[in-house]
Amino acid sequence: MAQYLNLFTTVQATGPLQHGVPLGPGNSPRSVEPFFSYWAGKLGNAQLGPIYLGGLGLASIICGVFAITIIGMNMLASVNWNPVQFVRQLFWLSLEPPPPSYGLSMPPLNQGGWWLIVGVFLTASMFLWWARTYRRARELGMGTHIPWAFAAAIWLYLVLGLFRPILMGSWGEAVPYGIFSHLDWTAAFSLRYGNLFYNPFHALSIAFLYGSVLLFAMHGATILAVGRYGGEREIEQIVDRGTASERAALFWRWTMGFNATMESIHRWAWWFAVLCPLTGGIGILLTGTAVDNWYLWAVKHHVAPPYPDVFPAVTDPALSSGAKP
Amino acid sequence: MNRAKTLRSTLMALLAVGTTLLLAGCERPPMESVQHGFRGTGMVQVYNPRALEAKIEANELPVSLPPASDEGPRAAKAYQNVKVLGDLSVGQFTRLMASMTAWIAPNEGCGYCHNVANFADDSKYTKVVARRMIEMTQHINADWKNHVADTGVTCWTCHRGQPVPNAIWFKANHQPQGSNFIGDKSGQNEPHPAVNLSTLPNDPFTPFLLEAKPIRVGGNTALPSGNRASIKQAEWTYGLMVHFSQSLGVNCTYCHNTQNFSKWEGGPPQRVTAWHGIRMARDLNAAYMEPLTEVFPAHRKGELGDVAKLNCATCHQGAYKPLHGQSMLKGFPELSKPAAASTVTAAAEAKK
Repeated sequence: MAQYLNLFTTVQATGPLQHGVPLGPGNSPRSVEPFFSYWAGKLGNAQLGPIYLGGLGLASIICGVFAITIIGMNMLASVNWNPVQFVRQLFWLSLEPPPPSYGLSMPPLNQGGWWLIVGVFLTASMFLWWARTYRRARELGMGTHIPWAFAAAIWLYLVLGLFRPILMGSWGEAVPYGIFSHLDWTAAFSLRYGNLFYNPFHALSIAFLYGSVLLFAMHGATILAVGRYGGEREIEQIVDRGTASERAALFWRWTMGFNATMESIHRWAWWFAVLCPLTGGIGILLTGTAVDNWYLWAVKHHVAPPYPDVFPAVTDPALSSGAKP
Repeated sequence: MNRAKTLRSTLMALLAVGTTLLLAGCERPPMESVQHGFRGTGMVQVYNPRALEAKIEANELPVSLPPASDEGPRAAKAYQNVKVLGDLSVGQFTRLMASMTAWIAPNEGCGYCHNVANFADDSKYTKVVARRMIEMTQHINADWKNHVADTGVTCWTCHRGQPVPNAIWFKANHQPQGSNFIGDKSGQNEPHPAVNLSTLPNDPFTPFLLEAKPIRVGGNTALPSGNRASIKQAEWTYGLMVHFSQSLGVNCTYCHNTQNFSKWEGGPPQRVTAWHGIRMARDLNAAYMEPLTEVFPAHRKGELGDVAKLNCATCHQGAYKPLHGQSMLKGFPELSKPAAASTVTAAAEAKK
């Protein structure tokens, strides 16, 4: 006889189909009659739908489709419209921003013009989607934690593709749309500005990134571990600590002398996640605008330690007299 | 129960196959890590000992012919149309010719360059090129000691028994489909061997090893002070640097300090040698290869009709020093004589 144990169980707990709360005035009707999916139930809730599309959602999707299509068409054109090569080289293909010589002006389509058009649509799509998450949260009477967390990611995107290029006076400073090409861009960015590892905001961002991973692992593991005592009902245990909550708390006090609460752990997680792109964005924004070489900056402020010289003295050969240019 | 077991073992088998496929492109461990700088600073060279073994074999020197006597008549007197190396004795001259055949055209023989009915005839383009290449070799050994030191180079350094060296380059055709309104790759974004299959600009040779576009992009001051180098420029430089790394079989830290790649002070001295190498490649491409464009037949030229040119890989061929630093030049001192005046123009005119 199968038995419902906790969240990740082979038995799916499904109730009657939920249509959600009644909607207030100004809302469009929800689309897709909800239904159950066994495979969706393997990962999360077995019920799929209803979807609230609405004007914002529709506009966001249209803008997004425009952006993705323009990127895809550029990639396809760059392999001479060969679908096999498009698939084989997909990770290498990319839509590049304009050459720096165009500054902030509108370049020809094939010289970054398409890139700029994609930027407009993609940014519009993200803002519309953000407004949608805000409106839906409000409509359900929820807090707006989710839209603000999403806004943190949009901040990093805007710094990379809008704010910093404008401050630097060139769209060419922005990131290309491509899988490998944006990674090579990142490496080139660090090389150009004297090693991003010495950028304290980069360090903070990494700390919050790894911190998020750690917190997620600790929290997920804790709840799963006390699931047998009903620990997954963590929200009600904020005020009514049951044996699951007490055991989980005691585990962490035993092992590290301190424990988060069922409430505070979620604030920890939210802030760590949100601060990762926030601090990262600050670090990017300062690079090239306020700091030109992070290593030399770190030396100047005694962040980077001096190391003993182990090589014979080397000087820049371009400075020696009689050197061929 | 049995079905679940079968499903699980099938999934595990699929996972194993998938992992093997994903890892198939990697070199197998163990690697050897050699410290190259102050401890704890990441200044290490990572070598694959199995790849190194293969390189040792590939960099063995060919057997040289015994030295010839300096006695007897000069080559310029004994033979006709000898424009370089005319001051050698006939014995020395013939020895070098025989050596060049072994180094460059062992299968084709003397007839690869010479009209065998009349060795003095300049009708074969290969002879005109070979003469100019002798001058280039002399120029390298005489004037580029800050890159090749006393080790020097010979024909073998690049040719290794082949009429055309293994690693040459042509200008890339960045818009093979013509100048359309869509799909420009900006000279990058394809899996290209010149940049180790990365998406970096894959012809960094034209701007840096033929033209003299600025390579330096890194900031030299903590705060902005007028360095306008863009990230795109950094990508071109990065592409060139990947070529260096590939050609020499070394990591970035062979020449650069991990802290700050643009800093010279406290860095490995190898970078100075490389700096001169860049200038040398530029000089040779512009002064020796490009002027030979008209001499070469169309099938030896690139997509854009340009002449074959050299880069780091042409000599180094994956070794930190070509032929692992063994000098062949000592047995062929005539190749280190100061370069004579250009003969290529005269030869090109003679051809017309």
